Amino acid sequence: MKHTLSILVNNHPGVMSHVSGLFTRRGYNIDSIAVGVTDNAEVSSMTIVLNGDDFVVGQVKNQLLKLPDVLRVQDMAYASSVQRELVLISFSITEGNRSEALTICNGFDVKILEMTEDSLLIEFSGNSRQVANIISVLKPFGIREISRTGQIAIAYRNQNSV
Amino acid sequence: MSSTTEAITGGRLMVELLEEAGVEIVFGYPGGAILPFYDELYHSKKIKHILVRHEQGAVHMAEGYARSTGKLGVCIATSGPGATNLITGLTDAKLDSIPILAITGQVATDAIGTDAFQEADIFGITIPITKYNALIKKADDLARHFEEAIKIAMGGRPGPVLLDFPKDVQTQKTTVRKATSLKIAPHHYERPKVKGDPQEFAEVLNGAKRPLLYVGGGAINSFASAEIKALAEKANAPVTTTLMGLGAFPGTHPLSVGMLGMHGTAYANKAVLECDYILNLGARFDDRVAKYQDFAPNAIRAHVDIDAAEFNKRINVDHILHGDLKDAIREILPFVKGGDRSSWIENIQTLKKNHPLDYDNSGDSIKPQDFLQRVYARTKGEAIVSTDVGQHQMWAAQYYLFDRPNTWLTSGGLGTMGYGLPAAIGAKFGNPDKTVICVTGDGSFQMCIQELATIAQSKLGVKILLFNNNFLGMVRQWQELFYEERFSESQWTYNPDFVKLSEAYGIPAMKIEHKSEIEKGVDFFLKDSGSALIEVMIPAEEKVFPMIPAGKSQQDLIEFKDLGKLKK
Ligand SMILES: Cc1ncc(C[n+]2csc(CCOP(=O)(O)OP(=O)(O)O)c2C)c(N)n1
Repeated sequence: MKHTLSILVNNHPGVMSHVSGLFTRRGYNIDSIAVGVTDNAEVSSMTIVLNGDDFVVGQVKNQLLKLPDVLRVQDMAYASSVQRELVLISFSITEGNRSEALTICNGFDVKILEMTEDSLLIEFSGNSRQVANIISVLKPFGIREISRTGQIAIAYRNQNSV
Repeated sequence: MSSTTEAITGGRLMVELLEEAGVEIVFGYPGGAILPFYDELYHSKKIKHILVRHEQGAVHMAEGYARSTGKLGVCIATSGPGATNLITGLTDAKLDSIPILAITGQVATDAIGTDAFQEADIFGITIPITKYNALIKKADDLARHFEEAIKIAMGGRPGPVLLDFPKDVQTQKTTVRKATSLKIAPHHYERPKVKGDPQEFAEVLNGAKRPLLYVGGGAINSFASAEIKALAEKANAPVTTTLMGLGAFPGTHPLSVGMLGMHGTAYANKAVLECDYILNLGARFDDRVAKYQDFAPNAIRAHVDIDAAEFNKRINVDHILHGDLKDAIREILPFVKGGDRSSWIENIQTLKKNHPLDYDNSGDSIKPQDFLQRVYARTKGEAIVSTDVGQHQMWAAQYYLFDRPNTWLTSGGLGTMGYGLPAAIGAKFGNPDKTVICVTGDGSFQMCIQELATIAQSKLGVKILLFNNNFLGMVRQWQELFYEERFSESQWTYNPDFVKLSEAYGIPAMKIEHKSEIEKGVDFFLKDSGSALIEVMIPAEEKVFPMIPAGKSQQDLIEFKDLGKLKK
């Protein structure tokens, strides 16, 4: 099962190694990791997506909390948090399928960053299912390059909203 | 940050911080990248520096010192090869939760990352084997890093920390002598309040008919021996200890069933099978003790530990108390009731009678078990004993009964050959009035043998008991039992003359081979307070029993008397 951990850490060199080393050492695979500084320049926020049962995730959480630079670990339940990923996709188009491509982009609420005679560069953000969706829909056009940020997440304040 | 008028160098400040922290002794080895610090150390009147022969020796000495005194152990090395020589010992300290501060020299900050002469990314290398580490980038940060480091080393579940100290930071001036704020959260060093319900916890114990206390190294780190004794006596519960917990409960106490696990006593391991309640006090269900989820299959399992990450890590438990062991036991004690457990205690006595530790002492050869029992009698059980790793380690654990905490120094988690001699040296520096004995094997001894010079140089009275079987004995034992006697690379086709070698270092030595020489040997080696080495020739085929074969559990224990069953 996929779990999303939101982790607050001290923002200084070595912290990334400490955190990722912990996963390496225990042989857990990280599906994605995204890091950025918070409103407090001394604190960074990391979102780690990993695959594992509750036992594995519990172990990871316990071990993370032992690192002096880790300030908080939250296991984000899908229903009570927003989870987003940003993806940049450059793909091929032709005379013949350009309007079809644009219709798809419209439907997905995509931002078009560049359009040339034979290519489109787009920006899309959504949850991991939506990102997987758009990639599979655009695949037949011929994808030239993809760059993904990895998932970030934040919990809803009101735990009743979805 | 507080400031005083006079700026001092980083090197000077490090010395002052060590002095203020009460550090009296450090073990180290100099080199280019740590010279400015050594130059400042030269002036210190409070800190004694012990010059070792190999940095691995320095860190194991710091471990032996820490384990035997309960204080912080400090070791120092230069950058690059000096620092990487600390790796084994730091890993050892991590696995056995020993508080160690390692200070390493580093190339100047502007050279870091350029593959400079004697540069190694020791910060990166030691991330997985330290509890905390830091690269000190400027002298102004030193006070904060220092305070964080020693608080983390000593706080909670203790462990090794490393401060990497670039050469230019050692000479840089600073006025910041004290940390005014720490970047790490207090729960990493403050003693946590006990979490859980002590009354409910005690009541489960009260309800047990056949309780067993299972005591680990955490009991030593938490100085909880008196509390454990009070608990065992009040609850009338037998006590078994792990290899790391030896001495936390008196080995001679009527309620003691000795050590459990792979080479634990048969009666301890059988008690684990029969108990209806097992209370883990500061142990970690290590795989040499608790092989499978059905460990103590008939028991309710309870666990007290300071490290929350240990709960349900390997073995699921039914009741948890999170906190310092000493505090936790103090909180449950008032709720603990005596109860009549006489049939359980009787049962234990029968197990002890029917399944004693045993060996065959007929014949003319010297048996290590016999020799150790005589050493025990001669020292009245009052020595500090360190060991290396192998059969001799297990015989020492079985046949020297430890009555007091901090008197048993062994590499439990990592199983580090080469630990014993330097650990004994560190312990002797910390306990100059006590008899300190290093029990070693001919394999292990040669891993840090150069530290004989450190003994000689400091005129230390360290006693070395060398069991020579001309084999890597424990490896041989496994090969004999599980690899059809194919002794692949376990026999020494060359061993030095250990007596001459020892004498070359100025340490009196003697070799004995026959049973008739035992008393002479014991006397030679323990007669005065000086250093001495006794080389005891023992049969290569002597084995450690009981034994739970690797990968098996308590049910599969093999005793000395079952030896025949092993061989088909
Ligand atoms: C550094 C290191 N290398 C290898 C081992 C594997 N090992 C465990 S016990 C042992 C044999 C030890 O032989 P010796 O020191 O002579 O002791 P004995 O078993 O004969 O008492 C070996 C090689 C180890 N524990 N540590």
